[in-house]
Amino acid sequence: MKRINIILLVFIAVAIGVLVSFMGNLSTYETIASAKQKEGKSVTIVAKLDNTIPIEYDPLKNPNYVSFHVVDTLGNKAKVVYHYEKPYDMDKTERIVLKGKMQNGVFDITQKDGILITCPSKYKDDPYIIKKNLSQNQ
Amino acid sequence: MDYIGEHLLPGKLGHFVVFLCFAASLVSLIAFYKAATAKNIEEERSWKRFARVAFAIDFISVVSVFATILYIISNHLFEYNFAWEHSSKALDMQYLFACIWESQEGSFLLWTFWNCVLGTILIFRAGKWEAPVMTVLTFVQVCLSTMILGLFLFGAKIGINPFLLMRQQFGDGPMFSRPDYLSMPQMQDGQGLNSLLQNYWMVIHPPVLFLGFASTVVPFAYAIAGLWKKQYGAWTKIALPWTLFSACVLGTGVMMGGAWAYESLTFGGYWAWDPVENASLVPWLVLVAGLHTQLVYNATGHSLRATNFFLIFSFLLILYATFLTRSGVLNGVSVHAFVDEGLNAQLVVFLLTFVIPSLILFAIRYKNIPHIVKEESTYSREFWMFIGSLVLFLSALFISVSTSLPVINKIGNTKWTIGEDTSFAYNRIEIFIAIIIGLLTAITQYLKYKDTTRKYFVKKILIPTIFALAISISISVFGNINYDKYGAGFLTAIHLALFGAVYAVIANAGYIWAGLRGKVKAAGASVAHVGFGLMLVGILLSSSKQKILSINTTGINLPFDPSSKQNPLENLTLLKNVKTDMGTYWTTYVNSDSMNKAGNITYFKINFQRKDGSHEFNLYPNLIKTTKGQQGVSQNPDKYHYVNSDIFTYVTYTDKMEEDKDTTGFKRYPIAANDTIYYSKGYMVVNKITPNPSNNKFHFTPADTALMADITVYGNDSTHYKASPAFFVKNNRLNALADTVFEQNLALSLNGVASNNKLELGVKESNRLVPYVSLKVIEFPQINILWIGTLIMITGFIMSIVRRIKMRLSVV
Repeated sequence: MKRINIILLVFIAVAIGVLVSFMGNLSTYETIASAKQKEGKSVTIVAKLDNTIPIEYDPLKNPNYVSFHVVDTLGNKAKVVYHYEKPYDMDKTERIVLKGKMQNGVFDITQKDGILITCPSKYKDDPYIIKKNLSQNQ
Repeated sequence: MDYIGEHLLPGKLGHFVVFLCFAASLVSLIAFYKAATAKNIEEERSWKRFARVAFAIDFISVVSVFATILYIISNHLFEYNFAWEHSSKALDMQYLFACIWESQEGSFLLWTFWNCVLGTILIFRAGKWEAPVMTVLTFVQVCLSTMILGLFLFGAKIGINPFLLMRQQFGDGPMFSRPDYLSMPQMQDGQGLNSLLQNYWMVIHPPVLFLGFASTVVPFAYAIAGLWKKQYGAWTKIALPWTLFSACVLGTGVMMGGAWAYESLTFGGYWAWDPVENASLVPWLVLVAGLHTQLVYNATGHSLRATNFFLIFSFLLILYATFLTRSGVLNGVSVHAFVDEGLNAQLVVFLLTFVIPSLILFAIRYKNIPHIVKEESTYSREFWMFIGSLVLFLSALFISVSTSLPVINKIGNTKWTIGEDTSFAYNRIEIFIAIIIGLLTAITQYLKYKDTTRKYFVKKILIPTIFALAISISISVFGNINYDKYGAGFLTAIHLALFGAVYAVIANAGYIWAGLRGKVKAAGASVAHVGFGLMLVGILLSSSKQKILSINTTGINLPFDPSSKQNPLENLTLLKNVKTDMGTYWTTYVNSDSMNKAGNITYFKINFQRKDGSHEFNLYPNLIKTTKGQQGVSQNPDKYHYVNSDIFTYVTYTDKMEEDKDTTGFKRYPIAANDTIYYSKGYMVVNKITPNPSNNKFHFTPADTALMADITVYGNDSTHYKASPAFFVKNNRLNALADTVFEQNLALSLNGVASNNKLELGVKESNRLVPYVSLKVIEFPQINILWIGTLIMITGFIMSIVRRIKMRLSVV
């Protein structure tokens, strides 16, 4: 066998190895209900902030503890604890992507990147919001 | 209906030049194609002449589109959606261009503009390659100009017209039924530019990045032209400066994006493996791979197939990046991507228009691309350069796959996503890539093309190896690199990568003397490699030694969060004027102030004092209030540069953010000595009024005019506190010196003289009385090495480009 073929084989093997290991460490999108069943496993949830319960954040006591409630599209609710600062404009967000583990019924987020707030207007305005603004200002 | 006060002429003109731009590029495409397939020289020449004229018209119309948009923005014609959405009256002139980059259509326009510039240079310089290469380039141009057409064909939206009027964009809004809608308050000013983009990096970073994006088309076009005309290897020498140029500019653009992120974003660094960042890094990696195989082919005749493959792929990956960042597909995973604006179908078509034909062409011609059957020697430069290119490609492949998970999910209906620790998901793979690339960068220059004698190689490489070992081991031993977050294995990998990076720097610097005998003109590659090695060193040191300084070390407050023992406590709250312990520093939140002309930026003055008293400095992290869309405030970090590290800080939370909610004002009471005043949680007694007090708090002399009230506050919980508000008169102005009783959330202010020989006391009760900021403070050691390395790499690229252009001239 030619050396180039051996090298290519090695590279393909490495690539597959990397891919397998990478896929093994991936998280999956879950609903709150299915996340509750996979307690202790790292999962990702897409949900909305439950506005009926206030966000708990008191930087004077502890700037590294935010707790709030979310509700997903199926109507299931969960309490979330995030061990970092409260993200800006969290109260206004439409959709939150949460990465963490369900622990004793509480969704625990221990990584800074564990919350992604999709603010539709962050870089580019959402036409619907603009429409709303246009008619509100009248 | 006739609307009052609209300026319709610029829009009509603008829309006309948009169409002209499309038509002219289409004509020049057809003409260049005719020239490329012409049977005889005469025919070719006349088609070419025609195509050039069409291309010139295209260039002029692109510039006109730009000028018209600038006219609309700078004259604040808010009847145009573009001006209303992206600019405002208060905007500084320097950000006029940034307004254009902010929008999808504007950034496509920028791309189109660079394409015209590149095309013009090719027309003058490409010689016999002009017709086929320009055919490919003008084809790209046609596709790009459809992005700003703004047509609706058979129900599909084609492009975004930058000259739409507000009433066309939001036609169903009730206000547009009035002829005088322009006089309404919401039409008086635009939404302004996103405050995060109001940064000087944002003025220069997008043009450079888009020049990088646009320039990848040139090597692509040469490769395609070579395959198409069956002149497979004939273009690689003349196209080499273009590949170098593209790699240089794209790399600069990517790093400028990192600098902007470091400067004004708060993910704490210059790189976060965000999909939008990855999308432009991946084509660069593949392009650099292609650059190296192109050099190999020029020197030895090996690797032509790989060169074609890499150069074609890097352009296709640019198109793929365009799709990723603009289609809205990344919305759940990136904070930087554009939202879906209804261009998805068009973006997919754009991508496939290039992917399918170019890959088919490559596949058909693959067998015919010349290659050398005899294998490269293990002691040859080309062999290891090829391996290096493969490693770069593998790295690019890995980053692409993980960045494409949202796309994979859509196609395969799966639910994969990267776990909570995004950076580590990448870093644990990329660290090994860094090790290999570092080592290859170090040794490969010492090998000669074709074959090297073992003795020569060992002799030359020995000294740099010893030096690199000595330096990297001493950094490892004395450098305090103990990044144990991910265990000993990863730490070992960091040390290995550090050796690789140091080795790359030393070996390439040494090669300028040992291999090139100090011929600096020929040293472009070595210089670029030194820069690249330094970048690696900077990245490794600044990330592995990066330290959060704002860790709560006091142990207070921990019971509030039961699990806080395992969790990082990255934020620290500073009360105003209270000196707080922060590792090696004493920090104090001094005050906050709005200084800019629009009044929308609040600066927080934070004083840092080294505990050993050796050094003191102030930082001013700030919050910018935005009027744009839904977003309320954005944080803007500040940093202090030491030679060997940066102290980087930003405000994560502050009472200022809740200011609007606290509307309790001061209640006013006339007081004299021995009066009693009640408040919700108790009462207070005025003990006495002291003129010109001189005590440990105030130092007035009999020459001053000052009064102080000595007050005791008695809380319902049988606690009592002393308070001493005061005022003084200076230059006929009264200055109140308020006092606060934090424990009772009480602020007392002596406002001056009331009637009946009494003084006026203001009493304010509040839930949030104590001004505070929560901060995150990060130390980035040796980050300067990264920036210096970047500059050196760019210098190396420029040296190579200059040299290759000169060589090309002497050949022709």
